[in-house]
Amino acid sequence: MISRRDFMQVAMASSAIVGLSGFGNWSRLAAQQALTQDQLLEFDTSGNVTLIHITDIHAQLKPVWFREPEINLGVGIAEGQPPHLTGADFLKRYNIETGSPADYALTYNDFTALAQTYGRVGGMDRISTVVKAIRADRPDALLLDGGDTWQGSYTALKTNGQDMVNAMNALGVDAMTSHWEFTLGIDRVTEIVENELNFPFLGANIFDTEWDERAYEPYKMFERGGVQIAVIGQAFPYMPIANPGWMFPGLSFGVRQDNMAEVVQEARDAGAELVVLLSHNGFDVDRKLAMDVDGIDIILTGHTHDALPEPLQVNNTFLIASGSHGKFVSRLDLDVQGGELKSVNHKLIPIFSDVIAPDPEMTALVNAERAPYEAELTEVIGKTESLLYRRGNFNGTWDDLICNALIEEREADIALSPGFRWGASVLPGQDITREDIFNATAMSYPNAYRSEMTGEFLHVILEDVADNLFNPDPYYQQGGDMVRVGGMGYRIDISKKQGERITDMTLLKTGEAIDPAKTYVVSGWASVNEGTEGPPIWDVVESHIRKQDTINIDPNQSVKVVGT
Amino acid sequence: MTLSRRDTLALGLGAAAFLTLPKAAFAAGDATAAIAEFTGGAEAGSGDITLTAPEIAENGNTVPIEVNAPGAVAIAVYAAGNPTPAVATFKFGKLAGSHAASTRIRLAGTQDVIAVAQLADGSFIQASQEVKVTIGGCGG
Repeated sequence: MISRRDFMQVAMASSAIVGLSGFGNWSRLAAQQALTQDQLLEFDTSGNVTLIHITDIHAQLKPVWFREPEINLGVGIAEGQPPHLTGADFLKRYNIETGSPADYALTYNDFTALAQTYGRVGGMDRISTVVKAIRADRPDALLLDGGDTWQGSYTALKTNGQDMVNAMNALGVDAMTSHWEFTLGIDRVTEIVENELNFPFLGANIFDTEWDERAYEPYKMFERGGVQIAVIGQAFPYMPIANPGWMFPGLSFGVRQDNMAEVVQEARDAGAELVVLLSHNGFDVDRKLAMDVDGIDIILTGHTHDALPEPLQVNNTFLIASGSHGKFVSRLDLDVQGGELKSVNHKLIPIFSDVIAPDPEMTALVNAERAPYEAELTEVIGKTESLLYRRGNFNGTWDDLICNALIEEREADIALSPGFRWGASVLPGQDITREDIFNATAMSYPNAYRSEMTGEFLHVILEDVADNLFNPDPYYQQGGDMVRVGGMGYRIDISKKQGERITDMTLLKTGEAIDPAKTYVVSGWASVNEGTEGPPIWDVVESHIRKQDTINIDPNQSVKVVGT
Repeated sequence: MTLSRRDTLALGLGAAAFLTLPKAAFAAGDATAAIAEFTGGAEAGSGDITLTAPEIAENGNTVPIEVNAPGAVAIAVYAAGNPTPAVATFKFGKLAGSHAASTRIRLAGTQDVIAVAQLADGSFIQASQEVKVTIGGCGG
């Protein structure tokens, strides 16, 4: 008998990197000539089922810049394993050439130069072109959205997610799951799910707190190519902890591994020949789930914003990681025979916006959604000389800028900015528009508080967040990056236990050690506490940038990382 | 700017709930002694007992737990890090259709929840799980 593994074919490596050798200082025109839409879409249609996966778009209707992380540490069994590879290690693992389109798309390497060569990524109208092309090959391809779709931009904030709901309906999504969706508030979510969405909103792990009953459909059965396919949805497990629970009272989440095993069994009993988990667990949680729960053929991962050019196989389950911000679309052609997955043909398609032609219908929709806000979106607030980016475990220049703004505008000693993984980049030499600021801040609990905290309390906060990132058991992780700190340095040993990781906390303005008993003025944003007061963070950042006019962010050397 | 009473209150609440987390901040009771009292000093082994609890509590004040031990005559639940570790003891009669119970418990901080079942033959089995109580707020 031939094992499933023998059948696995991985297409991306041969497709997306094709035709480019070496790295030169090419103009965008040269890049267009070197890389064509046909190359990006090239795929030998195979099997009888096609899945299309997009996730964590964070409301980006238009193409953006997005720099992948430089530091992305794995712990426990994930140490040194995908997706915890960056830069040169990533290139080596996947045999990617330096300076190639895949290098630009998948790593932080030489980002500013490569960005100028290859251009912006994503854009709903380019995604639409790709989806339509795949559906031309396979008309009944299933399009699945992993969530974090309705939040992350100025227009999504102003329309309460309506722009994204309209775009995803037009794109023809077949099912979605969720995370930041719930930060619109439960009433708005209910309104959208019941009245506006053309497709199911799945969440096998969402229960009502009172009766512990399912609050949403756990899975949806589709028949495609004569195959019964169960698509199970798994929402972000730590919704009421990582985001404000008071915005969706009455709902309980969690990984609920036993529940997942039951749902898989239920789907199999109902005749599923292929079980697909559309997940917002985060990659490491899904890896553990795949080890412990049998019967899931494919996990479409999300939340942690990883992009992998090949599926990662765990026992008999294939994990797919499709990036974020509309930067990638994954295509999977599967051969399912007699209730068994016989082959997986996969391609991670980078959405190079200068190479893939926009779909005019979607362009019109996007423009119509943005039109009422065009003047506010495009207003220039300042200019940056530094690359502004967020992703990375410990700090990024966007949050350094936000922390500087909090310290200056709120007259604080220390600033805290949450370790979100969403937020587009801005290239050096570019204007900073209001849209750019909102791409890094747009959400529904933006108040910039100013408060007093003891040194001891600050230590407890840092330890708490560090454990959410570096607990060796992924089920105890929440999938965000480390809280970003302004005005204070620290040392972190990621190999230690909670309570012992953070040392050498130093107040940067004086160089003195943080005194556990002393009180410091701290400003931050995105508190999960109800009733947090203060101006919205985007106003704080805008005011700061206007005063600076031109932004320069020095490399952040205030966090010392050991134990890697 | 001045800190309004509301600011102070909101942050104070967060701080109060949170500062109880470090182990030194409260006196943990002795779960080992409490378990010994239930088992009469007998060693509890592993066996057919399932404890279901969240990995991370959504609200440390009311953490749902469920325990199932087929054939048990009694199941006791302990929160090892609480000042009073003994949470509840469930007894099952001979005609009990199932030997499972669920309840909600309050946890003072990150700690192990332990369930010990007494079987009909007088032996004991146990299961435990760590439940993390966290300030949260930074996922995403």
